[in-house]
Amino acid sequence: MYLLNREQRHVINYTWMIISLLLVAFLPFLLFLGLYLKSVLLLHDYSLTDLIFSKTWKPSSGQFGFYPFIVGSVWVTLVAMLITAPVCLLTAIYVTQYTKKFVLRIMHPAIDILAGIPSVVYGLWGILVIVPFISKYLGPWMGVSTMGYSILAASFVLSIMIIPFVLNILIEIFRAIPMELKEATLSLGATEWQTIKNVLLKKALPGIIAAFGFGLARAFGETMAVLMVVGNVVRLPHSVFDPGYTLPALIANNYGEMLSIPKYDSALMFAALLLLAVSLFFNLVMHFFIVRYNKY
Amino acid sequence: MENSTKIEIRDLNVYAGKTQILRNINIDIPRNKITVILGPSGCGKTTLLKCLNRLTDLYPELKVTGQIVIDGKNILAAREDIYKLRQQMGLLSQRPYPLPMTIYNNISYALKLRGIKNRREVHKLVMHYLQQANLWDEIRDRLREPASRLSIGQQQRLCLARGLAVNPEIILADEPTSALDPISSQVIEESFLKLKNDYSIVLVTHVLRQARRIADNVVFMYLGDVIEQGTVQEVFENPKMEKTKLYLGGTFN
Repeated sequence: MYLLNREQRHVINYTWMIISLLLVAFLPFLLFLGLYLKSVLLLHDYSLTDLIFSKTWKPSSGQFGFYPFIVGSVWVTLVAMLITAPVCLLTAIYVTQYTKKFVLRIMHPAIDILAGIPSVVYGLWGILVIVPFISKYLGPWMGVSTMGYSILAASFVLSIMIIPFVLNILIEIFRAIPMELKEATLSLGATEWQTIKNVLLKKALPGIIAAFGFGLARAFGETMAVLMVVGNVVRLPHSVFDPGYTLPALIANNYGEMLSIPKYDSALMFAALLLLAVSLFFNLVMHFFIVRYNKY
Repeated sequence: MENSTKIEIRDLNVYAGKTQILRNINIDIPRNKITVILGPSGCGKTTLLKCLNRLTDLYPELKVTGQIVIDGKNILAAREDIYKLRQQMGLLSQRPYPLPMTIYNNISYALKLRGIKNRREVHKLVMHYLQQANLWDEIRDRLREPASRLSIGQQQRLCLARGLAVNPEIILADEPTSALDPISSQVIEESFLKLKNDYSIVLVTHVLRQARRIADNVVFMYLGDVIEQGTVQEVFENPKMEKTKLYLGGTFN
């Protein structure tokens, strides 16, 4: 029947599994190595702290300060998470604990559709709706003059983009908590809200952190939609109404152009390396918290 | 005589959509005795238990009619303070569900809901209830560990202690030993025999021998109907109904 006997097939299958595993395990490492080798030219001439903390970005005169991009990325991501986290958490609690089941059945397809929209469409929507809204209404109302292309606009668009992902995970997490735990808490005389606050949230905490971490990583790496509304101005933002520039946008806007400038492509590779390092850092912190709170 | 009845269930009907889960249930549950509700799986025993502390409210698809009178009050009336009501009953479910907290806080949380916050008193009561559930000696040095690290049998006794900590008058137990090893089961049964002096116990089970060992009264249910009820002697030694005889004989399903 078979070309090979059982033993030989076993060996081949086994070897194949090992190879796949090694491939997956080494991929991040290879990525790191590749980016490092490409950016080593820059690292050779400048110190790491200089690159990260210097504020001047003038590639033509050999000044590569990444600080404005790092700050821009961090601002955009954090403000997006500030919007996303409460919205997702409250929605997930509401639809899993308070509403009837059919609400969830209606919401699921809606969330999935949101999750499937390409990021460039979100970017366009940001330009057409969010940017004018901020420049014409929100800015003047807050007493700030802004052109609309800003950290806040990027954060808004980003949060709308990551809400479906984070929400989907959170809903699954809350649904996975056994009904009997809720019954046990209620049987002690706790109210619905006490049950949610003291027991369900605690039980779900590792999952909630993982969901937020996932959203954070996505937000930090998102390129297109942010690039379209963030303003792309190399300057330290002083408020969320200021324009900014993010690391992914820097790479996307400039790679392939102006590469005649010495060390420019090396600098962009370094930006990618930074992006990877920060993502890795987020992942580690998230992992730490998950392990820390997973003991119950 | 009237005073010896703790819970009176009158004409209780429960519907889930179009199917009827419980049909015209009439049961008297006596004070300070163990009443065992016996019957094959899926006969509505658990639903009956959930009616008693109104956990049925959690399932909007369930419709409950009739009366359940505890100490002269119909608890199915909507105006009843449902949180006070639930504190009158300790619940023990099929599998232990410890709260996601330390062993100590599992008990102290129940005390907090009762309004006891004084640290010294909490301390004393945590010890008291763990002793009542035959758990204290095993875990006295592990109070600050997460409750989930206990064995299943220990977790079930922790849940019993937690149920007692709300100072109930009634203990509702839903096949509390079905997930436990024989020794843990025995410890739970012994606890029940001790506890019946202070509490009225309603125990749901499908284990005949357990019913025979610890029951005072037996209610036999089948497919949503109460077939027969009486003292353990009456039902086990001298069953009147054909279905009861068959079930007790083990030839029934």
